[in-house]
Order: sequence, then C-alpha cells, then structure tokens
Amino acid sequence: MSGLIKSSIARKVVMALSGLFLVFFLAQHFTINITSVIAPDTFNEWSHFMGYNGLVQFVLQPILIAGVIVHFVMGIALEIKNNNARAIKYNKYNGSANASWMSRNMIITGLVVLAFLGLHFYDFWVHEMSYKYIAGNPEDPTRYYEETVEKFEPFWRTVIYVISFVLLALHLWHGFASSFQSMGVNNKYKSAIQTFTKVYAIVIPLGFIFIALYHHLNPITH
Amino acid sequence: MSNMNLTLKIWRQKDSKSKGKMVDYKVSDISEHMSFLEMMDVLNEQLINKGEDPVAFDHDCREGICGMCSMFINGEAHGPDRGVTTCQLHMRMFKDGDTITIEPFRAKAFPVMKDLVVDRSSFDRIQHAGGYISVNTSGNTQDANALPIAKEAADKAMDAATCIGCGACVATCKNASAMLFVGAKVSQYALLPQGQVEATERVQNMVKQMDLEGFGNCTNTGACEVECPKGISLETIARMNREYLTASIKG
Ligand code: SF4
Ligand code: FES
Repeated sequence: MSGLIKSSIARKVVMALSGLFLVFFLAQHFTINITSVIAPDTFNEWSHFMGYNGLVQFVLQPILIAGVIVHFVMGIALEIKNNNARAIKYNKYNGSANASWMSRNMIITGLVVLAFLGLHFYDFWVHEMSYKYIAGNPEDPTRYYEETVEKFEPFWRTVIYVISFVLLALHLWHGFASSFQSMGVNNKYKSAIQTFTKVYAIVIPLGFIFIALYHHLNPITH
Repeated sequence: MSNMNLTLKIWRQKDSKSKGKMVDYKVSDISEHMSFLEMMDVLNEQLINKGEDPVAFDHDCREGICGMCSMFINGEAHGPDRGVTTCQLHMRMFKDGDTITIEPFRAKAFPVMKDLVVDRSSFDRIQHAGGYISVNTSGNTQDANALPIAKEAADKAMDAATCIGCGACVATCKNASAMLFVGAKVSQYALLPQGQVEATERVQNMVKQMDLEGFGNCTNTGACEVECPKGISLETIARMNREYLTASIKG
C-alpha cells in the first residue's frame, strides 16, 4: 500500500484521514454502548438495527473494516520505512528531551490496540456473523443486552479491555491532534483543536472503561 | 568556578567505507566560558601532540549562522541547550566529571564521511529541485519593495528563511525526516508573491527529491521544532502539506 502511494505527504494524509474516520467511528460506537448502561431497551433496539440494516451491514461495515486495514497496514509500512531511514542507530538518543512518549511510541500503542481488535472481533463480530449467517438463527431483537453483559463476566476479559483502552487513549492523545497537522491545519484554531482532541482522547476511552467495569460489577443474575 | 575535567565518548570512523566505533578520551582544565568547539580544539591539540589523528568535525563561522557544526551531543542535536548550534553551546552547560557522548548526525541520507563529518549534500539537491525563484537580473531588476506584501506574511517568510540548513531536525527526528527543513524552504517562497510563479512545481519537486534521498516520514512528534537552532515552527510543515495537497489537485 505504501508502494502505491508514493509521496511521503500523501502517506501522511492517508494515515490522518483513516485515523479521523476511526475516531469518528469510535464516537458512534460509544454512543450506542453507553445505552447498555443507561437504557438496555434502547441498546437492544439500536444493536438490532445495526445488525440487520442492509446499509450498515453491507456498505458501512466493509468500509469500516477497510479503514482499519488501511490504517494499520500503512502504519506498519511507515514504521519499517522510518526505521530504514536511520540504518545506524545512535548510541545515546535522548528522545524524551524533545518529544512526548505518546508521539514516539505510536507503533506500540497501535499494535496493542490492533491485538485488542483481534479479541474484540472474536468476541462480538465472529459471534454475530456465525449466529446470523452460518447458524442461520432467527432474528431476536432482545438478545444483545444480555450477551454483552455476559461477555464482561470474566475478570481477565475486563482487565484486557481496560488496559487496551488506556493504550487507545495514549494513541489518540498524539494521533488525533496529529492528523490535523498532517492535513495542513495549523492556524489560529490550533489550540482549540488541541484541547478538543486531548479531551476526546481521555473521555471516550474512559467511557468505554466505565462501561466494561459497570457490566463486570453488575452481572445479570437469573 | 573551577575548571572541568571531562570524559568524552566520541564516534571515530576512518572514512565513509570503514566501520566506526566509540572511543573514550579525557580532557582536563576546560573553562566554562569555552564553546563546545573550543573544547574539541583542546582535545584535538592533545591528540596532535601525541601524534594521533585529530577528531574530524565540521565547522565554519563559529557564530551560529553557517549550520556546519553538526554534532549529536548526549542524545540531542547540538547538545542540551535550546536555540543554539554546537559552536554556540557553552561548556557551562556541563559539570566537572561529566561523561559526554558525541556522535555524528545519523540518517541514511546523511552518510558519515569521517568521524563526526557527515555529507549533507542531500539538502543541496532538495534546494536545487525547487528552492529558488526565477528573476530577470539583466540590470533593470524591479525594486522588491514595489510589491505590496502584508507585514505578517513578510515576517513569517523571514522566519522561515532563517533556516540555516544545519540538519538538526533530521538528526533529532526519530524517523530521520527532513520535513522541517523542506517546510521552511517551501514556506519562505509560498508566503511571498515572488514565489507564486513556480509554486505548484516547487513543492512537488522538492518533496519528490526529499523522498528520493531516503529521508523518513514525519509523524509529528515535534522534536525537530524543539531542537532547531533557528526556531523554525511546525507551522511550516503544515503549510508545506497544504501547498503539496493544492499542488497535487492542480496537477
Ligand atoms: S529547520 Fe532548523 S534544524 Fe532544520 S535545517 Fe533548518 S535551521 Fe537546521
Ligand atoms: S560553525 Fe557555523 S553555525 Fe556553528
């Protein structure tokens, strides 16, 4: 993919745009998830809509998956290229003197989030796909809430979710603001953009952590 | 304050083909008023008196304007001070007994020629690719002030033009990206009417050359801006990105 897009600036913009798209998706995902805490019926309703609406399933979902793939394939390709740009490393490199840990370790936080996505896909997406398309189960608009809460019963899974969202926050802390700079937005709105992106980087992952912990601590008792 | 005794760990490399290594040296009685290069002169005098090969390093003006004095000191381009080149770095930034690591600027596009001397002609080739304007200098050149230019644009163009091409941005960047340098060179013309004529080709050709030279991709860590001796801002990179995107749309 990085061979297809030849210029360094074009690659930057691809990273920025796919990143912004995923940031937007995250907000949408959060909006639906938070209803599982405050209004389980709404959660069921919305989840059912997302799961059976043709536009969502066959247009938006493939676009989302493509967005994720573009972002991580390009990210890894850039990491390799950038490593090659300094073949002989410094004996002493004081990276923290001039740049934040977050900005220097996007590959680490990114790979953790990617690994998390693997688990998350297995937990929900693979389950949904086999439920609907392989097992061919009938529609059941009320199953989602319970299925979701049950997922957070095991302690290990809740811990993995929490850690992953902390790393996602670190990734967003640099990445969200960075995408504006990549697209050439560095003007009088810079400080407003910085504030908004940093608040977002904390609030959204924290919200997801809250949801995971809430369901773990409030299991459904039959 | 008494003078300092220091241990220096310096990269020694015979020529561009040989493998180099870090070598330890001791220097004593270094005054805090010396510049870093004067301290290096003291070391080299010692080496010459002992019949050894002095450490090769680049320098010229020794007053912070030529950009030659490339050294990566204790993990930072031009050492721990801000807004200075190595020749302007004072020994008072160090303490008696310190160990100082001194390496050449490292990037695939800046190959080491000898010891601390690197070949930065990749920057020249980027400049040749578009860092100029075409002016008829046949004798009746138009007065520059005849063109009205907004004060803010003139100031920003001047700020960008203060880049001395030292390469600290590349040396410091974890990706060895040259975007701050190219951003400065693109900005200095993009902000002025004189630069508009060749604007579309300029940014495309300079970025193309930058990529050809093997510099890395910018990930906006901002390290370059912190280490740049001339305070070139990340704004110049954003401007270059904008220029590049509009140029690509224009074709
Ligand atoms: S932008 Fe700054 S650090 Fe980079 S070459 Fe110019 S003066 Fe040196
Ligand atoms: S020797 Fe000219 S800038 Fe340092």
